[in-house]
Amino acid sequence: MSMPLLSILIFFPILGGLSLLCVSRQHIATIRTMALLVSLVELCLTLTLVLLFDRSTHEMQFVEQSPWIPALHVNYSLGIDGISILFLLLTALIIVLSVLVSWESIGSKVAEFFIAMLLLEGAMMGVFCATDCILFYIFWEAMLIPMFLIIGIWGGPNRIYATIKFFLYTLVGSLLMLVGIIILYEYGGRTFDIRQLAEQAYPLKLQLVLFWAFFAAFAVKVPMWPVHTWLPDAHTEAPTAGSVILAGVLIKMGAYGFLRFSLPILPDATQQMALPMLVLSVIAIVYGAIICLAQTDLKRLIAYSSVSHMGFVTLGLFVLNQRGLEGSILQMINHGIVTGALFLAVGMVYKRTHTREIAAYGGLASVMPVYAGFFLLLTLAAVGLPGTNGFIGEFLILLGGFECQPWSAVIAASSLILGAWYMLWLYQRIFFGAVKAEMVGLAQLSPREIITLAPMAILILWIGLYPNGLLSFLHVPVAHLLNQVHGAGLSGAALLPGVAPLP
Amino acid sequence: MIQTAVATWTVLGHILPELLLIGIGVLLIGCDLFIPRQRQVLPWLMVIGCITALIMVLGARPVTAFGGMFLVDGYAMVFKTICLGAVILTALSSEPFWQVFGARQGEYYSLLLFSLVGMLLMASAGDLMVLYLGLELMALPVYALVGMHKRDQRTSEAAVKYFLMGAFASALLLFGMSFLYGLTGTTEIGRIAELIVSMQLDANPALLAALGLLLAGLCFKVAVAPFHFWTPDVYEGAPTLVTAFMSVGPKAAGFAIFGRVLLYGLPQLQNHWGPILAVLALLTMAVGNITALCQHSLKRMLAYSSIAHAGYALLGLLAGTDEGMAATVAYLVIYLFMNFGAFAVLMLLAAPGQSREALDACKGLASRHPAIAALMLVFLFSLTGIPPTGGFIGKFYLLRAAFIAGYPLTVVGAVLFSAISAFFYLRVVRLMYMSDADDPVTLTCSPAMGAVLCVCLAGTLGLGLFPGFLLNWIVAALAGN
Repeated sequence: MSMPLLSILIFFPILGGLSLLCVSRQHIATIRTMALLVSLVELCLTLTLVLLFDRSTHEMQFVEQSPWIPALHVNYSLGIDGISILFLLLTALIIVLSVLVSWESIGSKVAEFFIAMLLLEGAMMGVFCATDCILFYIFWEAMLIPMFLIIGIWGGPNRIYATIKFFLYTLVGSLLMLVGIIILYEYGGRTFDIRQLAEQAYPLKLQLVLFWAFFAAFAVKVPMWPVHTWLPDAHTEAPTAGSVILAGVLIKMGAYGFLRFSLPILPDATQQMALPMLVLSVIAIVYGAIICLAQTDLKRLIAYSSVSHMGFVTLGLFVLNQRGLEGSILQMINHGIVTGALFLAVGMVYKRTHTREIAAYGGLASVMPVYAGFFLLLTLAAVGLPGTNGFIGEFLILLGGFECQPWSAVIAASSLILGAWYMLWLYQRIFFGAVKAEMVGLAQLSPREIITLAPMAILILWIGLYPNGLLSFLHVPVAHLLNQVHGAGLSGAALLPGVAPLP
Repeated sequence: MIQTAVATWTVLGHILPELLLIGIGVLLIGCDLFIPRQRQVLPWLMVIGCITALIMVLGARPVTAFGGMFLVDGYAMVFKTICLGAVILTALSSEPFWQVFGARQGEYYSLLLFSLVGMLLMASAGDLMVLYLGLELMALPVYALVGMHKRDQRTSEAAVKYFLMGAFASALLLFGMSFLYGLTGTTEIGRIAELIVSMQLDANPALLAALGLLLAGLCFKVAVAPFHFWTPDVYEGAPTLVTAFMSVGPKAAGFAIFGRVLLYGLPQLQNHWGPILAVLALLTMAVGNITALCQHSLKRMLAYSSIAHAGYALLGLLAGTDEGMAATVAYLVIYLFMNFGAFAVLMLLAAPGQSREALDACKGLASRHPAIAALMLVFLFSLTGIPPTGGFIGKFYLLRAAFIAGYPLTVVGAVLFSAISAFFYLRVVRLMYMSDADDPVTLTCSPAMGAVLCVCLAGTLGLGLFPGFLLNWIVAALAGN
């Protein structure tokens, strides 16, 4: 490729965001339109990338490489494979919808908000494209600044506590990862290139140290139990667009990090640590679901359901077989779509009622029927009803789990019942029953809001009915990834820690 | 063996930048006395002089002058560049700053220049005598600068405290040097290293005592814990501009002699001073970052943060290699821009009669002055070490150097303390962006101040995005020895 498509993908939103500085701060309508245009063009760019993408190879595509800091051996190297391209697509889509949902709900410092959002988009694109550890780390950390501001400036009443907690949790994790990267650099032949690092064998003890260093960053981001506590606060206090981006893209980066670093570079440690990871995942699934039952705050409930759903994702990752991994990646996309859409929907109704208390709602189905229809679809997808995308992802993960550690799949599957319980109960409390006095006369969804939710609804059904559209991207890279994990060192799937010979 | 050099006029060519600056310093005193109405030209004269000196320094050929007493090498060049940069920024922001405080004193500029000459001598010192001479020449004008607000009690206290502490530190240093001289019979830094090898002095208790005294004196100068106690009071009491200058210029010069003595004079003792410095670095970061958490004054908070940053900069010295030193130098360059930038914003906050140094002074700054708040945001994130700012590149380089030197636990400690530092830097961001102002104040930003802020922003962001050039230059300069 002669065109540096990935660089364009990263820097177009950044430059687009900075160009908003040129617009007079009074012209709010212009600012919004420009932000929407930038995000739409970005989506088109991503779609072009998808069309040009070759699904038959596990090699990085659209590769760009040039020296950046020669003194430190850091290269500006980009490339994507079948795993990252799905996340690029998800990111671009989520940002478009976030711009749409922030159209009227952001009243103050409008230009700053959209600038922060577009800078965030550029950094997120960078995370999924980077194939150099330091470049990856730079984008990874750079995301923190706009997200910190988005939650802290435009968030709810308790936003400052939430945003500082979010920032510090993530920062501590990331800094430990930085130490890990430096160690890897020293022992991996003084390079920061992820592919070159993955080709080498490291002693098991070193791998274990590195595994936990990377775990600190990724587990906080996912978030895995027990470092999940920042998530409910951040999700709840963030403005709608912030929650959507957090749930839709940001927390996927933890799992993406496991896929890019832990699995291919540290295969032995991954196999050794698979069992503890599965245990943590199962705890997250069950714990998140139980906590959901006790929530009285709408956004908080969805936030805890994210903990539970991301438990499925990490479960799928660490069963270390084709079905589990594919299901896990698909489930990340699904969760991005479903939970992102749920936050969008909650934002829309919050704008009308200004309350997130579940108890304040009731009988919304007769007041806002279109909204109720959308919400029902989202609820069913979150529960994992066959025909929606949620089913495919969870089913694949559970299949993978049965192949590897049946007990984990059994417990995870049983918590699906809890999932159905809290989601359907939520639906019942909000939409059925007597119409509350405050709910009478709420405005119907505007066309702009319907346009915001419609793509999500279509995607939910499309992936649910034809998952191969996305899975076809994953077959080859996931098979290659599993080769990397199982090819080196210990043989067979996920040995128990005690069984493996220590060096 | 004592070399004697024949003094000829050509030798003076090697110290031309220093001579030029001394000349301008004297000229400034004259201008101030005889044409007091044209005082506004003083800073410009000074900036032009510094830029000329900078060009001379960058263009100088490596040479050993005055029988090894004065070294013009890559090491000196990088440190001289930092010191000149610090003085140029200080000079540019002088006029707006002193206008606010109404204290116009002509000798201020000459003092600054004489201090600069001292710093340049420190960077070039190849002999303990020159090193000490430079140190005192740097320090004496700064004692006076700290006390510029004569009527402010805090300032006088700071000046006296700084003077006493500085004199004490110099005495320790001198004591250590006398031990070295007694053991080796020379004051030439390079010869000392050779003699320690040839006379097998490396286990000599007197040499270790000398090392201890030198370390204590040097740590005083760059404010490394547990020798940092003067710093917060002096930094808080001094006029903000002088604080900004002290936190970048003299600190860089301090690191120049730190590196020169340890790397070139006592490399055989690396197994002694390496671990000591690792512990001191951790202690400094702990003291700086944790104490900064509970400050109510922004200026005092920045003072503690500058202590913490001295701890980070020490990490590069641990290895005792040029590569490690390059990390320290790179960090000092980046630190110059980000720290001076943060102090420049603090200077902007001040108004006649009100110093507005409290944290609350920046409440709601983002609504009133979005551009200034955004600048401060960049500087603070850079001080925290968040990419894509220069602070991250500098910190990353240092961590890598410390890891290569074999101190993995120090590295882990450093990153944890830098996570702690995020909390107090973020508090300022929080106040700027997420609180409403108590009393709406409008700030005026003069063109000179605007230029300073732009340079600092360009340095902070530019070195974060394109650090390759700087790092190559530093590595090449240090390897050129």
